[in-house]
Amino acid sequence: MEQTFDVAVIGGGAVGCAIASALVRESLQVVLLEAAIDVGAGTSKANTAIWHTGFDAKPGTLEARLVTRGHRLLTERQADFGWPLERTGALLVAWDADQLSRLNSIIANAQANGYSQVEVKSASQVYELEPNLGTGALGGLLVPDEGLLDPWSIVIALATDFVVNGGTLRRKAAVTGAMRAAGAHELQTSTGSVRATWVINAAGLNSDVVDRLLGHDGFTITPRRGQLIVFDKLARQLITHVILPVPTATTKGVLVSPTVYGNVLLGPTAEDLTDKSATGTTAEGLATLVAKGRAIMPSLMAEEVTATYSGLRAASEHSDYCYDVFPDQYVRVGGIRSTGISSALAIAEHVVADLRERGVKMAGLAAPITVQIPNLAESRMRPYQDAARIAADPAYGRVLCLCERVSLGEVRDALTSPVPASDLDGLRRRTRALAGRCQGFHCGAMITEMTSAWSGHSHA
Amino acid sequence: MPDLPQPTDEDVDVVIIGAGPAGLTLAHALGELNIENVLVVDRDTQPGGVPRYSDHHGYGLRDLRQPLRGPIYAGHLALRAVKGGARIMTEATVTDINATMRTIEVTAPSGRVTIKAKVIVIATGCRERPRAARLVPGTRPAGVFTTGWLQRLVHLQHGSPGKRALIVGAEHVSYSAVLTLRHAKCSIVAMVTERSRHDSFTAFNIGARARWRFPLLTQTTVTGILGDHQVTGVQIQDAKGRTKVLNCDNVVFTGDWISENELARRAGLVIDPGTGGPAVDARLATSAPGIFAIGNVLHPAATADICALDGAHAAAGIADFLSAPGSWPTRSLRLRTEGPIDWVSPNLLPPAARTAARGKVLVQFNERRRLPRLEVVQGGARLWSGYLPWGIPTRPVPISDSWLAAVSATGPDPILRVLP
Ligand SMILES: Cc1cc2nc3c(=O)[nH]c(=O)nc-3n(C[C@H](O)[C@H](O)[C@H](O)COP(=O)(O)OP(=O)(O)OC[C@H]3O[C@@H](n4cnc5c(N)ncnc54)[C@H](O)[C@@H]3O)c2cc1C
Ligand SMILES: Cc1cc2nc3c(=O)[nH]c(=O)nc-3n(C[C@H](O)[C@H](O)[C@H](O)COP(=O)(O)OP(=O)(O)OC[C@H]3O[C@@H](n4cnc5c(N)ncnc54)[C@H](O)[C@@H]3O)c2cc1C
Repeated sequence: MEQTFDVAVIGGGAVGCAIASALVRESLQVVLLEAAIDVGAGTSKANTAIWHTGFDAKPGTLEARLVTRGHRLLTERQADFGWPLERTGALLVAWDADQLSRLNSIIANAQANGYSQVEVKSASQVYELEPNLGTGALGGLLVPDEGLLDPWSIVIALATDFVVNGGTLRRKAAVTGAMRAAGAHELQTSTGSVRATWVINAAGLNSDVVDRLLGHDGFTITPRRGQLIVFDKLARQLITHVILPVPTATTKGVLVSPTVYGNVLLGPTAEDLTDKSATGTTAEGLATLVAKGRAIMPSLMAEEVTATYSGLRAASEHSDYCYDVFPDQYVRVGGIRSTGISSALAIAEHVVADLRERGVKMAGLAAPITVQIPNLAESRMRPYQDAARIAADPAYGRVLCLCERVSLGEVRDALTSPVPASDLDGLRRRTRALAGRCQGFHCGAMITEMTSAWSGHSHA
Repeated sequence: MPDLPQPTDEDVDVVIIGAGPAGLTLAHALGELNIENVLVVDRDTQPGGVPRYSDHHGYGLRDLRQPLRGPIYAGHLALRAVKGGARIMTEATVTDINATMRTIEVTAPSGRVTIKAKVIVIATGCRERPRAARLVPGTRPAGVFTTGWLQRLVHLQHGSPGKRALIVGAEHVSYSAVLTLRHAKCSIVAMVTERSRHDSFTAFNIGARARWRFPLLTQTTVTGILGDHQVTGVQIQDAKGRTKVLNCDNVVFTGDWISENELARRAGLVIDPGTGGPAVDARLATSAPGIFAIGNVLHPAATADICALDGAHAAAGIADFLSAPGSWPTRSLRLRTEGPIDWVSPNLLPPAARTAARGKVLVQFNERRRLPRLEVVQGGARLWSGYLPWGIPTRPVPISDSWLAAVSATGPDPILRVLP
């Protein structure tokens, strides 16, 4: 064991990558340990991709504060990283008298969180904003600053930033044990041990397990599954806003939302499970969504489905993030349930401040390197549309994936970047190849072969 | 292959999107009519469309009158089109159509170009409905294919799908998947269909199952895909609601066709609710003047030779349009359907269109019927009636087009119905 890192971050999701990138930019020696073959392959890849303002968070919680701050930081850092954000606004729609009666308390809640831009809309205004809504909407609220983000690109951008600025990323390194020796942590991983002065636990669904490995026992994660249906890009024109349900006592409900990639999402369900690997979909879950979708937007259901997936929220027994800094040089960042992409940058900022306060020496990098993430969003120019770029490099003119218009150049870049894709799933998150309506009918064979040739892995 | 056009914007008489059997046959037919300046664009590395990687017999029967293997058929059609004077541009993806300007946007390694044409023909084919679109639950492991993916994997990439396959669907293309799997030395665990029997030729079914010994499980639904990284099995449910798990390492979802209609929709063409493709009249003209459509984008999925004969037929209407674009009649009636009919093609009925491709109108049933009787009525008048030998889901069946001439341009929308 040669090196003692200043910090080891456990978990390469949005939260871990944000923290790792922030710390390496403070000139610390940081190692990021990710159990999976790739970063962002946990909950951060399977969510509803809403850029939350925090208007509906519980006032006074750390979550409320960090989501509000994170929302702003995503805009501020956009120039550095190039990730897409779309300020579509969200429309909360009340479908019955009970829901209608809750709108005032939602406005009050938003105000308590310092957000006063919520606008009340009558039924007819609601239909003016979203003409394709099903019948029966009684009124609603417009939250102008809610929007869409690109969870895949945010994770890849932060992981890339971490690596190009000198961080050590170790994928396929699951932390399986921990000891303290000579004022440092010794972490056992599935691929060797690591020594670090500070440990940060951002292990998502496993953050409770890792907490215990580190000698603590602060919380228990109960995975709450959310199943989703992705509709064809031809459905994108049906909808303008994120269409949110009014949360009731029993459920947060199902939303319909555009995505930055130009699709429409319907979901999620909310099912409390015990199995942290149960990321499959179920007949029941999909049937529930179809029934809800029919009521919210009937014309959506005439469009083809492009994909279905599910994600697991890392819910705990606490109604806030499980965040703490301990004297044994351990930072717990667990239970980041349903807002963690929006808040990730603020969580990272918070961690940096807490470590600085505890005497960790920091100094901003003199010349941090910034890398622009390739654009996957439909609202901006994609490489296949960029005549100048194609003229400079014809690989951007060779479209491999027709449905998503992904070029050979983009696939090549994703397989050779500082944090390269190492499997098909990773390639999909970096390029959208194979994420389209044909699901590989046209290009699956070719792209699979390319991926294994480049990455040296067999089909995975 | 043929020379690439310069990466500058250009003007052509006819641009055909898709170099499958339909597009290539049209290109040849236009050459026969001495229409010059025909450009075929295809996003693939080589022309030919689906038959290029569907490496078994069964192509070319109705159009070339000889049985050919897919790749040979594809090569023949491409060569014939080029000899007739058409240019074929490959690795060129059409990303948008403007129906009013009659332009298309093309991305190719040679550049991003806008091509203006007097006539645009959509010949983009169809695809199989993949697992997600069928809402099949479960995990998302590798090893879930469509026949299209499978055949490209085996015949173009020389890869292997696995050792044990489950085939979902029991229509013509499902037996095409059987041939490909056996070619790849993959055994077949079972073929499952939700319907009460297979929908292909009896000879295909008996022949394939006797030779490779796999069960055909009817009235069976796939209720879950299992496996973490690679498929390990599939959960199925029979008509009585009993479930069981079949062990396999890959699943092929076959058939259940969807028109590759994106460009047609982006162009704002009228879409036929039955076929999902652009609505066309008997000349294969769409709702927008100067935009035609041919092949399986119109009728998913007929056999390749029928798509090719669409191409041959459309040439005459295109020639008419080119000679007098101003006098093109645009008002059209829709052909509606009643009864167990999935779709009918053609489905627009302006007065000028009197004969359909092959003299036939294609009808696809969504229920099995023996000796069904059909009629076409307009207002109170019966224009045609007749019997068919069968109606079988997934298998388009032709009826006579003799009644087209009797349609009154000023009457209400005609209705094609199956009589009880
Ligand atoms: C259905 C659903 C909808 C959601 N919608 C939104 C939304 O619209 N907007 C929003 O902002 N948020 C949303 N969220 C929440 C958001 O996805 C999460 O808060 C966020 O992804 C949490 O990130 P994370 O880094 O904490 O966890 P993860 O992304 O799960 O990352 C944790 C990582 O730790 C790794 N790991 C685990 N154990 C170990 C170990 N022992 N050693 C090493 N590595 C380990 C895992 O492999 C994983 O990659 C949603 C979540 C769900 C499920
Ligand atoms: C797996 C499989 C097996 C089959 N087996 C048989 C069989 O045994 N016998 C038989 O007769 N029929 C068979 N068929 C049916 C038939 O072969 C095809 O559907 C037929 O090829 C359709 O012809 P087409 O010209 O309409 O379209 P296609 O052959 O599909 O050609 C369409 C072409 O358009 C191109 N294209 C699409 N979109 C764009 C775009 N935006 N820009 C540029 N180019 C584009 C595609 O690359 C493709 O080359 C099979 C079909 C499949 C999928």
